[in-house]
Amino acid sequence: MQRLEPGAEVDGFRLGECVHVGSMASIYRLAGRAGPLPLVMKIPRLGAGERSANVVSFEQCRMVLGALAQSPHHPTLVAYGDVETTPYLVMEHVQGARLDEWLKRAPLAPQEVARIGHALALALHEIHRQDVIHLDIKATNVILRPSGPATLIDFGLSCHRHLPDLLAAEFHSPVGNWVYMAPEQTAGERNDPRSDLFALGALLYELATGRRPFGAPTTVAQLRRRLYRDAPPPRSIVPSMPAWLQEVILRCLEVDPGERYSSAAQIAFDLANPGQVALTERAQRRARAGVARTARRWLRARNYLPSPPPAPASAITPLPVIVVALAGDDTSEAFFEAMRAVTRRRLVADGDCRVACITVVRPAAGLADDTPTGRHIKQLVSLRRWAKPLALPEERVTYHVLESDKPVAALLDYATVNEVEEILLGPGRDAAELVTQAPCTVTVVRAPTPG
Amino acid sequence: MAVLELVQAHAARGAIVVLGNHDAAALGRVVPGLNGQALAAIAWTRPRLAKRQLDFLEALPTSVREADRLYVHASAAVPERWTYVTGPRQATLSMQAANAAIVFCGHVHEQRLYFMGEGRFATPFRPVPGTPIPTGRQRRWLAIVGSAGQPRDRNTAACYVLADLARERITFFRVPYDFEAAAQKIRTAGLPERLARRLERGV
Repeated sequence: MQRLEPGAEVDGFRLGECVHVGSMASIYRLAGRAGPLPLVMKIPRLGAGERSANVVSFEQCRMVLGALAQSPHHPTLVAYGDVETTPYLVMEHVQGARLDEWLKRAPLAPQEVARIGHALALALHEIHRQDVIHLDIKATNVILRPSGPATLIDFGLSCHRHLPDLLAAEFHSPVGNWVYMAPEQTAGERNDPRSDLFALGALLYELATGRRPFGAPTTVAQLRRRLYRDAPPPRSIVPSMPAWLQEVILRCLEVDPGERYSSAAQIAFDLANPGQVALTERAQRRARAGVARTARRWLRARNYLPSPPPAPASAITPLPVIVVALAGDDTSEAFFEAMRAVTRRRLVADGDCRVACITVVRPAAGLADDTPTGRHIKQLVSLRRWAKPLALPEERVTYHVLESDKPVAALLDYATVNEVEEILLGPGRDAAELVTQAPCTVTVVRAPTPG
Repeated sequence: MAVLELVQAHAARGAIVVLGNHDAAALGRVVPGLNGQALAAIAWTRPRLAKRQLDFLEALPTSVREADRLYVHASAAVPERWTYVTGPRQATLSMQAANAAIVFCGHVHEQRLYFMGEGRFATPFRPVPGTPIPTGRQRRWLAIVGSAGQPRDRNTAACYVLADLARERITFFRVPYDFEAAAQKIRTAGLPERLARRLERGV
């Protein structure tokens, strides 16, 4: 293949500046193209002496990206060249900063870790929902867009559960980044989306403590240590870390995928609502497991077989969340009772269902005694008062006071970010607008008319 | 003989048609491995075929090569031997014998896609109906298109595959059909009950 310099032309695309030279591929900006997206061309190194891994991973990347529906969470594939003659991928040039920029400043404040983790979990959920598992989550493969969303790049090791896995057919040693790799990946399992959740946990660990949970293994034996040797609890390194963050991180780092979160959406929910994280023994852990326990785990790890991955697809159902929006105009007890009756029916039908009680208030007008905190508390008290007769356990109900001039937009945002299943609301002025625009089912609840 | 008329009409419009083992048996050729029910069905069929139809079957090739694709009923290794491609080993042998970028075959009633890169053996993949699969020329492919008339994976829907040659991808499909009517016809004809029942159960 010809040597490529800026200014060279490949299949009608003119190469601009080279923005990245890696062991697998080079990336060039594309010059002189007016279009809705800035584009880059990724050209794999396929010359003589290059590993055949590059070819397979290039094909896998092309296949998986080509199958993904457009979203801000991964680059959009625009064009690709023939593997044999002119291999390249033309895709969106994702604007923003790579996550390794943040890693340099680690340890970061818990709020910042939670913000990044939330964005990353939403991105993972988006690809998991499309039956794609990334399998190479690391800081250099994540770009944070200035507008907030995280974008996953480099799908060269990924797996699409509805498409043939070219990599599994070609390699027999664990492929991926050994720092963040999940235990089941070390045994060659490439079919479990929860592997990405482990890597996310390892990344959050590093962002929050400045250290890698399992060091940087260089041999397969060292890599497999994570099967029996747990990471030091993050709070033993950063004592000021809040318990909820350690809970989230250690739950992601569980050896058994079944003990982790069952979907990235749940991690996003927990990181967006730190006050509502259900704390377990993990949150309080101060030291690693003792010698006896580690020895027992080591014995068990010798015959380690990954547990079977969950059924693909669409099988990733996040914990259903229903929103009860008490932002309508009707505040009569009859209406509240009608709303409770509908909510109760939903809760009975689905034992995992979680209720988010929401009210939207307009931003403060600036009165001295009407502080935002004061008003928030007043609203929270009335939300709690509404929910009390339902007698819900703490982990099944959350309360949120959203501040916005546009109640519909605020509810829509909440519903989108939190993967809400259904919104219940009263027949207020906003109901019609919400019904037409919501990403989920909307039910308008009415108080029974007397007589 | 409605099916044969349909196939002949397709062939007249340029369709590629290859001979299957039951067709060969209906022509009186020696076909090993057919069970009693199949033999009963063939015995029922033979006297009902018109000369024109027998001539059509007689003229069918066991495999057809078109560009870098090969169409064959069973394994391409020795098509007349009607070998089932039931695993990576047979798939590998079929692909090596075919010497084609992609082999389309049947005989085995369940849809499968085998692919082979630099490794020694082909890798099996269970396709998901409706999902297009890029079939890059970097590796060789063998698609078992599944059975149109007798699916056996407990799904009564008929199987077919669309190959998009320009975009180099293939898509496996399942399409429901009136299997109850087909089963009824089998019973009315007095053929073995099991042949009717397996259509209703997809086994």
